[in-house]
Amino acid sequence: MCLAVPGKVIEISERDMTRMAKVDFGGVVKDVCLAYLPEVEVGDYTIVHVGFAIQKLDEESAIETLALFEKLGVLAEEFGDVGDRAEETTS
Amino acid sequence: MKYLDEFRDPALARRLFDDIAATVTRPWALMEVCGGQTHSIIRHGIDQLLPPEIELIHGPGCPVCVTPLETIDKALEIASRPGVVFCSFGDMLRVPGSGRDLFRVRGEGGDVRVVYSPLDALRIAQDEPGKEVVFFGIGFETTAPPNAMTVHQAKLLGLENFSMLVSHVRVPPAIEAIMTSPACRVQGFLAAGHVCSVMGTSEYPPLAERFGVPIVVTGFEPLDLLEGIRRTVRQLEDGRHEVENAYPRAVPAEGNPAARAMLADVFEVTDRAWRGIGVIPSSGWRLSERYREFDAEHRFDVTGIRTAESALCRSGDVLQGLLKPSGCGAFGTVCTPRTPLGATMVSSEGACSAYYLYRRTGGARVEEVRSGG
Ligand code: SF4
Repeated sequence: MCLAVPGKVIEISERDMTRMAKVDFGGVVKDVCLAYLPEVEVGDYTIVHVGFAIQKLDEESAIETLALFEKLGVLAEEFGDVGDRAEETTS
Repeated sequence: MKYLDEFRDPALARRLFDDIAATVTRPWALMEVCGGQTHSIIRHGIDQLLPPEIELIHGPGCPVCVTPLETIDKALEIASRPGVVFCSFGDMLRVPGSGRDLFRVRGEGGDVRVVYSPLDALRIAQDEPGKEVVFFGIGFETTAPPNAMTVHQAKLLGLENFSMLVSHVRVPPAIEAIMTSPACRVQGFLAAGHVCSVMGTSEYPPLAERFGVPIVVTGFEPLDLLEGIRRTVRQLEDGRHEVENAYPRAVPAEGNPAARAMLADVFEVTDRAWRGIGVIPSSGWRLSERYREFDAEHRFDVTGIRTAESALCRSGDVLQGLLKPSGCGAFGTVCTPRTPLGATMVSSEGACSAYYLYRRTGGARVEEVRSGG
């Protein structure tokens, strides 16, 4: 039950005075309450837990983290493919 | 799926494993606090692929597992009453109480319903005004804000037929209890990422300081876990004990201020008994005075409960990291997910269940997760 998963906000509406969203989890779409993330917009990624968006996913830091992993233990001559990989994750 | 596949990349996992192996020079015992992390670690075989110096001790962070037996028995009692619709997350249904579980209550005619969100229970209360709708509100700091908002909305809507049986737990007091236990072997913590998504990181520096342990906020995908482990090991090797955030994409330092404000309004801190462990001071939340009318324990008279725990089950030791599930004599024989003796065999976050699912048959490996999901 603890599982919280990232999903993409595809639609925002108002219900019972509460901001609600349709969130896409890789094909499965669920209704999600946005009461705790009033600033979220369509296209944002959020962490969703038991029907509530609890945090916005920061895309920039996701990319930074992955770029850091890319550099770990890589010899200088192998650095060439790092840029490609970082670009891939932004698509 | 974006932000899942990238953090399961086997080539990057290899780099993280290599870096950890290059850093470690002696044995270290790390505890992952959260049961969701335990599940991910066992499922992907991360503990078996790490250098042998690093031991992962599984922590008590499975809310289903630590919900006190007395509360389970109260739930069973309330759910058995005529006119009650008892709503719960699915994995509470097979948790053994003293002799039966919610599944059995349903079989005996109780109206027990599985919901995905506490808001579903609220909707049932609106749709069926003749029924008393009770929601089983358990969980750590991640689940508390959804439950708090639901009670808040019930109050706004003036719903008189809705109440909540609350047994929320908090991570920082549990870390303190673990570190002050005489049997403690833990030298560093992977803190639960989504708990910190809500609460932020400010509760942890005093603990790192007081106990001299690194605390690294960690996510749930294989690469997140490896990065949490990598940073903890590096600190230990350097002789540092700081709070680090290895999951910044989902954890800002201040957490979620709106959720924290709602928690402060709806709940108040209380001592809480953890199943198999005992009472941990200030480790729980209950409904605050302003919301007492929505407290199922007040609405239903459920006193005089006599609890009886299985004599064989050693889930208390498992939850405190003193025993690996496979070390329990009942594991996989008398005790299976179909015939669980303890809650740790039921819940998807329970260590016994994770070992049963992935360790008897070998389990998936990090190298395979890309195809296997
Ligand atoms: S294997 Fe079963 S009996 Fe043993 S500790 Fe786990 S839940 Fe309890």
